[in-house]
Amino acid sequence: MKLKFGALVLMAALTAAGSVRAEDPATIRLGAAVSLSGKYSTNGVFTRNGYDLAVARINERGGVKVGDKTYKLEIVYYDDESTPARGAQLAERLIQQDGVKYLLGPYSSGLVEAMAPVTEKYGVPMVEANGAAISLFRKGYKYLFAVLSTTDQYLKGAVDLAGSRSADPSKLRIAMAFENDPFSQDVREGVTEDAKRFGMKIVVDDKLPPDLNDMSATLTKVKLLKPDILIVSGHEKGAETAVRQIADQRVNVPMLAMTHCDSAQIAEKHGKIAEYTLCAAQWAPSLSYSDELFGKASEYAALYEKTYKEPAPYQAAESSAAVQVFADAFARAGSLDPKAVRDALSQTNMKTFYGPIRFDETGKNVDKPTILYQVQDGKYVVVYPEKWAEAKLRTPTPSWDKR
Amino acid sequence: MIDNLLLLLQNPSFALDVVLNGLLAGAIFALAAYGMSLVWGVLNIVNIVQGELVVLGGYLAFVAMGAGVPAYFALPLSAAVMFGVGYGLYYTVIFRVVDKDLFISILATFGLSIVIQQLMNTVFGSDVRSIDTGLGSFYMLDGAVTVAWIKLIACALALVSGAALWLFLRHARLGQAIRATAQNPRAAHILGIDTGRVYAITYGLNGALCGAAGSLAVMAWTIHPYIGLPYTVRSFMIVVVAGLGNVGGVVAAGLSLGALENVAGFVLGAEYQIAFVFALMVLILVWRNWRAARRRTYLS
Repeated sequence: MKLKFGALVLMAALTAAGSVRAEDPATIRLGAAVSLSGKYSTNGVFTRNGYDLAVARINERGGVKVGDKTYKLEIVYYDDESTPARGAQLAERLIQQDGVKYLLGPYSSGLVEAMAPVTEKYGVPMVEANGAAISLFRKGYKYLFAVLSTTDQYLKGAVDLAGSRSADPSKLRIAMAFENDPFSQDVREGVTEDAKRFGMKIVVDDKLPPDLNDMSATLTKVKLLKPDILIVSGHEKGAETAVRQIADQRVNVPMLAMTHCDSAQIAEKHGKIAEYTLCAAQWAPSLSYSDELFGKASEYAALYEKTYKEPAPYQAAESSAAVQVFADAFARAGSLDPKAVRDALSQTNMKTFYGPIRFDETGKNVDKPTILYQVQDGKYVVVYPEKWAEAKLRTPTPSWDKR
Repeated sequence: MIDNLLLLLQNPSFALDVVLNGLLAGAIFALAAYGMSLVWGVLNIVNIVQGELVVLGGYLAFVAMGAGVPAYFALPLSAAVMFGVGYGLYYTVIFRVVDKDLFISILATFGLSIVIQQLMNTVFGSDVRSIDTGLGSFYMLDGAVTVAWIKLIACALALVSGAALWLFLRHARLGQAIRATAQNPRAAHILGIDTGRVYAITYGLNGALCGAAGSLAVMAWTIHPYIGLPYTVRSFMIVVVAGLGNVGGVVAAGLSLGALENVAGFVLGAEYQIAFVFALMVLILVWRNWRAARRRTYLS
C-alpha cells in the first residue's frame, strides 16, 4: 500500500514536472478573475465559457505565432465572488504572484472599474468583454480595451427606429424607467441624448430602486400619460417585472424597448405577453458577421451549444472575441512585451464573428453597433440596425384588447 | 412633483389604481410582518433573516410548480416545508440567542441571512425567477383600474391568515401557551409549559408565514437570492408602527404602508419611494415618543 502510494506521488510529480517542461516555454498565460460565485455567477460562467472556447479553438489550430515562435494560450482563473474589492485583490495577485502579463476582463462594469486601476498601475494590458459602462472610458486608461459596445449605445436604436419612422419625431413622447444604478443611468444618458436630437419630449423619467420588484406606480403614470415609446432598463429583474406588470396592468404603448430581455428569457417564460417587445443586445447568432477562427456567428453559436449544451449567450460570444483580440495583437506585436502588446491592441482593426472591432483612443470599440431584437412569434428576431436585420419591425404594438 | 399630484387629483380612477395596487402589495408585506411580530414578541428577537425566509419560501413554491405541483397547492406546501425549516433553524441556531441581548440575536440572524442568501444563490442560481399563474388581471372603470387576480388572492389570503392567527393565539391551547410565554417565560415554565418547544413552534410558524408570503411574492412579482432585505425592512417597519402582539395593527399598518408607498412612488418618482417610507418611519417614531413622553409627564 505504502509503496503504491509512493509510486503514485512519484508519478504525479513526474507528470507535473513533465508538463511544465513541455509547455512552459511555448505558452502565453492570460489571467482572469471572473465571478464564479455570488450574484454574477450565471454571467461569470458564460464569460469563462467564452474565454475557454476561444482558447481551445486557437490552440487546436496550432496556437499564436509571435515572431518566429508559436505559442499556445492558457488562462489562469480566479473567482472574484462578484465583489469589486476581491476583483482588485485578484488582479494584484495575478500580476504580482502569478506573474501574468495580460489580463482578460471580469464580468460587469463594477468589477472592471475595480481592476482597471491595478492593471494600469502595472502596465498590464486588459481586454475586457463584459464591462460596458461609459465611465470606464472617461478615465484616461491606456491599458484597458473593451470589445463590446458601451452602455450609452444600448437603447439609442429604439429612439432612432421610432424617430426615423415618424413624420414628425418632435411630436413623439417618451416614458423612461431606469434603475438607479450606473449601468441603467448610462443607458439613460444615451437615450436622452438621442431624444433631444430628435426633439422628442420626455414625459416620464423615473429612477427605479435597485431592489425593484414592483413598478406599478410608474406604469400607472405611463397608462395615464400615453407616451409613444416606453423604455425600461433594470437588468433581468427590470425586464421581467416590466413585461409582467405591463400585461397585468394592460398598459398600452406603441413601442416598448428594454435591456436584458433575452437573458431574462421573457419570450420563453411569458409567451404571448412578451410579443412586440424590443430588446437591446450586444450580439445575436443570426447576424451575418464571420471570421476565420469560428466561421459565421451562427457556427460559433452551434459550437458553443455543442460544447456547453445550452444556447450561446452574447456574454460568451464577446468573451471569445476578447481572446481573439489578444491573439491578434500578440501576432501583430511580434513580441511578448506588454507595452508592445498594448500598442498593437490600440491598432486593432479586425472583423470577428462577434462584429467589427476597432478601438478609439479611450479603448472602447467604436465599430460594432448594438442591435435590437423584437420578440416575434415567440422568437428573438433582429430588427435593428436595418442593415443586419432578419425581419421587419412589427409596429405599432396593438392595444391589449386586440391582442 | 406638483404636476404628478395634479395628474392624480384630476384622474381619480387612476388614483384608485395606484392606491389599490399599493394596498394589495402591502398585504404580502403584512403576511411577512405577522411572523416578525410573533418572533419579536415571543422570543424577543429582531429577526433579520425574515426577508431571506420569504425568498426561500418563494423558491420552494417555484421549484414545486416546476415539478408540476399546481399553484394552489404549491403555496401550502411551501408554507409547510418552511415550518420545518423554521423549526430546524430554532434548534440549530436561534435557541442559542433567545435569552441573549438584542445585539447578539441581531448579529446571529444577520449571519443566518447571509448564509441563506449564498445557499440560495448556489442552489437556485442568481437568475430572476417568477411564476406566471396565468390568472390574468381584472379591470374596472374602462381599464383605468387593473388589478392582477393573484394580488387580490394574496390580499384575501393575508387577511384570512391574519384572522386565523388571531384566533389561534386567542383560543387554541398552543396559542395560549405562546402568549403566556411571551408575557413571562419564567412563570410559563413554572406552570408546566415547555417554553423551548413553544419557541421552536413560534419560529416554525414564522417560517410558515414567510413561506406563504414568499410563494405569493414569486407569483405576483419576482424573486432572486438578493431581494430579501426589502422584505426584512418593511416587516420591521410594519411591526414598529403596529406594535407587538397586535395582529389587526399589523394588517392595518401593512396595507396603509403599501398604499402610501405606491402613492409616494407616483407623486415623488420611483427613486423616492423607499426614502419616503423611511422618512415616514422616523416621523412615526418621533410622534410615538412624543406621545409616550406626554403620558409619562401626566403620571409623574
